[in-house]
Amino acid sequence: MVRHALIAAACALATPAGAQQTPAATPPQDAAGGVDWYREFGVERPRPDPVTGEVPVKPYAMADANAGATPFGGSHMAQAFGGQPGIRRLADRLDALITTDPRIRGIFVATDNVRLRRMLYEQFCYILNAGCHYSGRDMREAHRQLGIMTRDMNALVEDLQRAMREDGIPFATQNRFLAKLAPMKHDVVTK
Amino acid sequence: MLCNASAMARDDGLFDGEKLLLTNGVSTVEGSAGGGLSSWAVIPGMETDHGLGLSAFVTGVGFNDFNLETHGIAVGVHNRLAVSYARENFDTLSAGTALGLGHGYTFRQDIVTTRLRLAGDLVYGPAWLPQITVGADFKHNLNGAVVRLVGAKQSAGTDFTLSATKLLLGSSVLINTTFRLTDANQFGLLGFGGDRDAHRTGQFEGSLGYQLTRRLAVGAEVRTRPDNLGFARETETHDLFVAWAANRHATLTAAYVDLGPVATFRPQRGAYLSLQLAC
Repeated sequence: MVRHALIAAACALATPAGAQQTPAATPPQDAAGGVDWYREFGVERPRPDPVTGEVPVKPYAMADANAGATPFGGSHMAQAFGGQPGIRRLADRLDALITTDPRIRGIFVATDNVRLRRMLYEQFCYILNAGCHYSGRDMREAHRQLGIMTRDMNALVEDLQRAMREDGIPFATQNRFLAKLAPMKHDVVTK
Repeated sequence: MLCNASAMARDDGLFDGEKLLLTNGVSTVEGSAGGGLSSWAVIPGMETDHGLGLSAFVTGVGFNDFNLETHGIAVGVHNRLAVSYARENFDTLSAGTALGLGHGYTFRQDIVTTRLRLAGDLVYGPAWLPQITVGADFKHNLNGAVVRLVGAKQSAGTDFTLSATKLLLGSSVLINTTFRLTDANQFGLLGFGGDRDAHRTGQFEGSLGYQLTRRLAVGAEVRTRPDNLGFARETETHDLFVAWAANRHATLTAAYVDLGPVATFRPQRGAYLSLQLAC
């Protein structure tokens, strides 16, 4: 346990600030360290794109409808969230919160974090009508294998509320946005 | 203590404690989850659909001529089923003397409530589908001889409830409606049925709430009641409330309650204070 913690700490120190590692790109190691599970299981090691840092995914049909909600009309909500820069900040902060939240971080260990951040940004930006298209999978497909329970979704909502609160977004405005996300529970929660 | 134990049990999935703040409601004077007066279609405890939840409460209301104290516990199972027990103590203070019962004569009642969530979700899912519960309240008045003397037909009674509650996130508004079949006089504190009407009638409970912050909500409630007893008129009751979730486990509710006339005494108004602990 101690050795594992030291390795984790060493990895954290070795990672340049601001350049977060993509977990999927790091060979998963067991508690004793040193086991290359990709080699053990004979599966191909994920290779992140050198430019974007994202691990390529199998092709799928892209459509804004995959975002799972119709966008707000007008520019009021986009402005309230600080336009694209504010939404980018929110998506990055939410990603940082959910991947460190002890209640739900386990869900994201095998997730390509770079891609997750971009998808959250695109989805939020599209729904808030801030001038983006959503290029991700639909909500059912994106969460199909994650085994998410209601309590996990509640934890994410709390993290999102915290990120919005830190950004000074009024509570009623937060709720207007959450109202767009709430109907997605049916597709997100599978357990 | 209980909440600490539940925190330890969280990893086992027994008590997950992950309801969103305030979405467990507070405890009604009868022990079921809701507002202060009206029952809501929410399940008590902080559990979600795989866990167990617990809550306990104590409530005091100081009226013009009477004091009501009520306390109880509730269990929520998988955010699906709820069972609660409450004891109501209605102290007649000096009014007891005027009623010929003696100073401080106290009407007592035991109440067991049950709720089953049939459909819907308070927060999630389509906005048009509220969380819906059916339930039964089993009430047992401990002053049988006195309540029969004032005209009540029974000292025990059962209410049946159908509730629909939704938090409309888009407007931060909570709407609750409950339909209750009941023959209770003053919630059952003056027994069940009477000389004017011996049978259950349909009554309405409505709540309108506004969530100001994650922790703070304000609202108003109305609850209609039967008027079974010839000797004293009974009317609907109202309240204005503010509920504050201090943290995941403690909710404090303050309210102004108008109970209407009680046992020939003038309309009773007063301050309501309630503490609920939940996990």
